[in-house]
Amino acid sequence: MALPSGQKRTAFLHYLMARQLRLSILCALTFLVLLLGLPLANYFLPDLMATRLFGFTLSWFVLGIAFFPYVWIISFFFIRRSLALEAEEVAKAK
Amino acid sequence: MHISLAAAAIDPWIVVFSLVTVAITIYMGFRSAKTSKTAGDFFVAGRSVSVGWNASAISGEYLSAASFMGIAGMVMSSGYDALWYPVCYACGYLFLLLFIAGPLRRFGAYTIPDFAEGRFDSPLFRKIAVVFVLFIGFFYTMPQMKGAGTTLAYIFPGMPYWGGVALVGGVITLNVSLGGMKGITLVQALQYWMKLFAITVPIFVLMFVYGGYNQNLAANSSKQTPAVVQNIERKPLVEKAPKDEAWIAPFGPLTTKAAKAAHLTPEQSRPYSLLYTYSLIIALVCGTAGLPHILVRFYTNPDGVAAKRTTMWVMILIGVFYVFPPVFGVIGRNFLPELYNATGSKGPDKVVLELPTLIREKYGIFGSILSGITCAGAFAAFMSTFSGLLVSMTGALAHDVYGRMLRPNSTPEQRMFAFKIAAILIGVVSVILGCFVEPLEINFMVGQAFAIAAASYFPLLFMSVWWRGMTMAGAATGMLTGGIFALIAAALTNASNLALDKGPMGKIFAGFAPLNPFWVEHPLLRILCEQPAIWTVPLAISLMVLVSKLTSAKIPADVESKMLVLHAPEALGYRQDYIAEQVSGH
Repeated sequence: MALPSGQKRTAFLHYLMARQLRLSILCALTFLVLLLGLPLANYFLPDLMATRLFGFTLSWFVLGIAFFPYVWIISFFFIRRSLALEAEEVAKAK
Repeated sequence: MHISLAAAAIDPWIVVFSLVTVAITIYMGFRSAKTSKTAGDFFVAGRSVSVGWNASAISGEYLSAASFMGIAGMVMSSGYDALWYPVCYACGYLFLLLFIAGPLRRFGAYTIPDFAEGRFDSPLFRKIAVVFVLFIGFFYTMPQMKGAGTTLAYIFPGMPYWGGVALVGGVITLNVSLGGMKGITLVQALQYWMKLFAITVPIFVLMFVYGGYNQNLAANSSKQTPAVVQNIERKPLVEKAPKDEAWIAPFGPLTTKAAKAAHLTPEQSRPYSLLYTYSLIIALVCGTAGLPHILVRFYTNPDGVAAKRTTMWVMILIGVFYVFPPVFGVIGRNFLPELYNATGSKGPDKVVLELPTLIREKYGIFGSILSGITCAGAFAAFMSTFSGLLVSMTGALAHDVYGRMLRPNSTPEQRMFAFKIAAILIGVVSVILGCFVEPLEINFMVGQAFAIAAASYFPLLFMSVWWRGMTMAGAATGMLTGGIFALIAAALTNASNLALDKGPMGKIFAGFAPLNPFWVEHPLLRILCEQPAIWTVPLAISLMVLVSKLTSAKIPADVESKMLVLHAPEALGYRQDYIAEQVSGH
């Protein structure tokens, strides 16, 4: 396929990057809320975070177990959206 | 006499399992040596590896001695705070997936230095970038070597630590110089499954006999809730062990060490602990996205879509694995507290190896088999990670330094020969470095390699992929300054820790002893030195922005075509493999 040139190309690049970056940032923020929020919760709400849940402390349960599926869900959502975006981009370019 | 006494303590089951692991690794290396003929095969396996194989191989390479042995040891010695390591090791891949994996693969270069050169049209930048493959690689190699020394000293009780380091280093170096990456991809993939098996089977048996993860934790009382003991007959803690309250709660021994040494009250030291925690998180999450030996594997994906899919599978595979090592630490605290009394290769770092032997006392041969399985897993861990590191460091020397800088016109045969020589050279240096680090914690050292990657390659990749305004001068200034500051901080921390050692290392590093009273006076500086990411990563990124703005006249002229290659879906046909199979076609 021939490369589009000039302004059209610049606009297309902006469009590509902006859409993918917006999705990436949205997913990153969802991740960072828990990642950076947990130390804060430990710091300001120590009593709540020490509550026992099946023998774990709440804080241990969140970090040692619940964190992994949380991240899998984000990445699953990201891949699906990201591949869909690529398909739309291809359709638009053609 | 001494030898026969030591030989009497050797458990034949453990030896058999370990030998089988080593034999499989070597056999597959040799077997694939016959099939990998071209330089392209050596470096990126001809870019033909499927998602499933590649995800297993990346996971197999990633789960190092730190993951297999170090995390358990650190959870045992430091408690809750150490949990950040496995979680961030696994979740750091999300950053890689969101911002780097797809675009980087589309660019189609073999290594990060390839990318650096191609993105900025600058052979000079390649020379600068290649340095960090070696810096990060050697920092990552040292803990693998400690894992090797510790495991062999455990299997053969008479064997000196350095003997294990030299033996394992020699075997892997031979293997890599004969087989290259293609062999390694198959071996790595197989080793992931071996490691998962080796960590889960013993832990489920241990949990069945000694109580579950949650029950063993419940036996530790916290400040707010006393221990709820449910059929757990803990052994009494030794004096050196941290108290329950500090161990199970956040901001425990790991993150308060510097403040405690400075005699601050628990209340005063809390902000320091928070700072330590955040800096550690930044190092691990950003560092994962900047590890050269992992990134090189993304080029073995056929395209950007496969690169993204692979990353997701890696997160699932390693996430499943990382739930288990902390369980060893938790059970070890309750049932093997005597490990707290020892340091070096006899301390908590060997809890994964030692814990299954408790079963041996109860159920005889069954315990020996379990212990054999964990030893095999430990072998798989440090062998696979060291192989991967050796391939990427050797690639940097043979492909970047020799093939592109010293002898650009060399023939494929000459390059293959250079690959072998470089592998031997790097193997020898790794063994020598590994002999120094016995007193340091495995997991802590791996964390330092992440901190250096986080301050050098991560900003380089992240900013080059997403910011059109970046110049070579900006990228180089940021990467060098951030990375070198992180490197110096890590080296100073290690040297002052080694100066405290009571063995021979204390004498060798005695010159750094005066640093320790200085750290006591300045706990904040100690934390910023021990966990530098919180200031080195922002420093690197700000310098990149600042210097790029100042040199904006030098933005590569065809930056838009490069960005299209990075971001446009493959179906649009912008992609051109930067290193267009120049050698593999032979």
